[in-house]
Amino acid sequence: MRKFDTKVQHLKYKVLREVARLAWDDRLLENITDIPKIIVPGKIPTMRCCIYKERAIVTERVKIAMGGDKSNPNVIEVIDIACDECPVGGYEVTAACRGCLAHRCEDVCPRGAITFGPNHEAHIDKTKCVECGRCASVCPYGAILDFKRPCERACKVKAISMSEDKTAAIDNSKCISCGACIYQCPFGAISDKSFILDVIDMIKKSEGSKKYKVYAIIAPSISSQFKYAKLGQVVTGIKSLGFHTVVEAALGADMVAYAEAAELAEKGFLTSSCCPAFVDYIKKQFPALAGNISHNLSPAATIAKYIKGTDPNAKTVFIGPCTAKKMEFQKEEVRPYIDSVITFEELQALFDSRDLDITSMEEGVLDNASYYGRIFARCGGLADAVAEGLKEQNIDFQVKAVSCDGIEACRTALLKASKKVLDANFIEGMACIGGCIGGAGCLTHGEKNKAEVDKYGQEAYEKTISDAISVLKKD
Amino acid sequence: MKITVCIGSSCHLKGSRQVTEQLQYLISHNNLKDKIELAGTFCMGNCQNGVCVTLDDKLYSLTPENTTEFFEKEVLPHV
Repeated sequence: MRKFDTKVQHLKYKVLREVARLAWDDRLLENITDIPKIIVPGKIPTMRCCIYKERAIVTERVKIAMGGDKSNPNVIEVIDIACDECPVGGYEVTAACRGCLAHRCEDVCPRGAITFGPNHEAHIDKTKCVECGRCASVCPYGAILDFKRPCERACKVKAISMSEDKTAAIDNSKCISCGACIYQCPFGAISDKSFILDVIDMIKKSEGSKKYKVYAIIAPSISSQFKYAKLGQVVTGIKSLGFHTVVEAALGADMVAYAEAAELAEKGFLTSSCCPAFVDYIKKQFPALAGNISHNLSPAATIAKYIKGTDPNAKTVFIGPCTAKKMEFQKEEVRPYIDSVITFEELQALFDSRDLDITSMEEGVLDNASYYGRIFARCGGLADAVAEGLKEQNIDFQVKAVSCDGIEACRTALLKASKKVLDANFIEGMACIGGCIGGAGCLTHGEKNKAEVDKYGQEAYEKTISDAISVLKKD
Repeated sequence: MKITVCIGSSCHLKGSRQVTEQLQYLISHNNLKDKIELAGTFCMGNCQNGVCVTLDDKLYSLTPENTTEFFEKEVLPHV
């Protein structure tokens, strides 16, 4: 059964699973050195030059699965020895160039960087080239390629560069922890630190909800995940791990939509605060606009706060597609509410570390939120929900939203806003393409994911935001 | 006096919103807002018997249909 998009994810998962397996049994410290051999058992290398390098890299993965480098505040970490030091040459003409007559490459180049050799083959003068890529797009043979590192190409905020020893280096002052590089690095050399050990410890010490209760808060994008089983079975699986119950982060999204609608009407211009990578991006790249960030906590933090209000001893764990959430929960304003964060990848590893076959489990139920809270998981959902929030509260304010799909679109909108030429009064920012369903912590990223989220939204018992949050109001 | 209604998924589907709304109405209708605290919680671990409601520490199983009866028999006489 196919659980992941890539073999890199599968490898990461196997390490997480083995670490978790030992942790449940309190055997991690004594058996930790066995893990590389469990993952790389044979004598013939399958991934790298030799099994010793493979095992050395697995050892590094084990460290990240156990929380990673504590001295690095970023949850996104480079595994130096796993980085294959890909070429960084930029646009280059390959041997596929046939030395044609047309010279479209030359014509289209804005800098006159294309010259021709004795056999009429094209060359790119690197002192002139600005890496615009137009020559590559017009070559009839596709002979011009962009030798850019996949990590650098994935990182739209330009936080990745080459270090002196040629491995990838992350500039924490620019990184927004979205995890795009993790998903794109073909060697799995960038990874997100895992807090599964904290979660396992939390569950064990709860002694079956006797000492305190551990609540799982799951992101609505779960509807596009674990497709080999039913959502209700995933819920039962989460409870079987030892969580007291499962609550939808989407109910927090309903609360946010309701409050954010009122906030928007009051302030007249707002940027959303749901996506932690987007919020981080504004603070780092557009500090002048930081005052326009909605003051609402994110949906996950909002529902976690509510849970802790009803049960002060509660522990809360957010389970989602997001690596940036692993930064968010450590922030001062969120720390009191969310105790830990894991991804869907890590949830899969936890299931298998306990040998739970969720496909054979009974279906539990999951129904707290409305349609609108649930569609937060995909780009455009938040804007729809805020418009609905205005309508349900009879607020006379016309929302003109721009829904930014991916951090590049966010950048465009923020640039316009900073120059006061944006034709909108609400920026919905989603750092990942497609919204949360494109998150780096997803097991799979598919084209049907958006439809899955909408279907899940339509299945909600509550049809309006007001109805969904009415149970939360206190007299 | 504290009434806690389970608003977890299972009870929600069995009508915890309707139960909550009725209790809210009954409490305010009887002018008991300062005497009765109405709260929500996620899952009391008794999903088969939802909608789960506790009156102080005693557990009740309600439906939207018998909420008024519960209020009149179990709550009003003890306020």
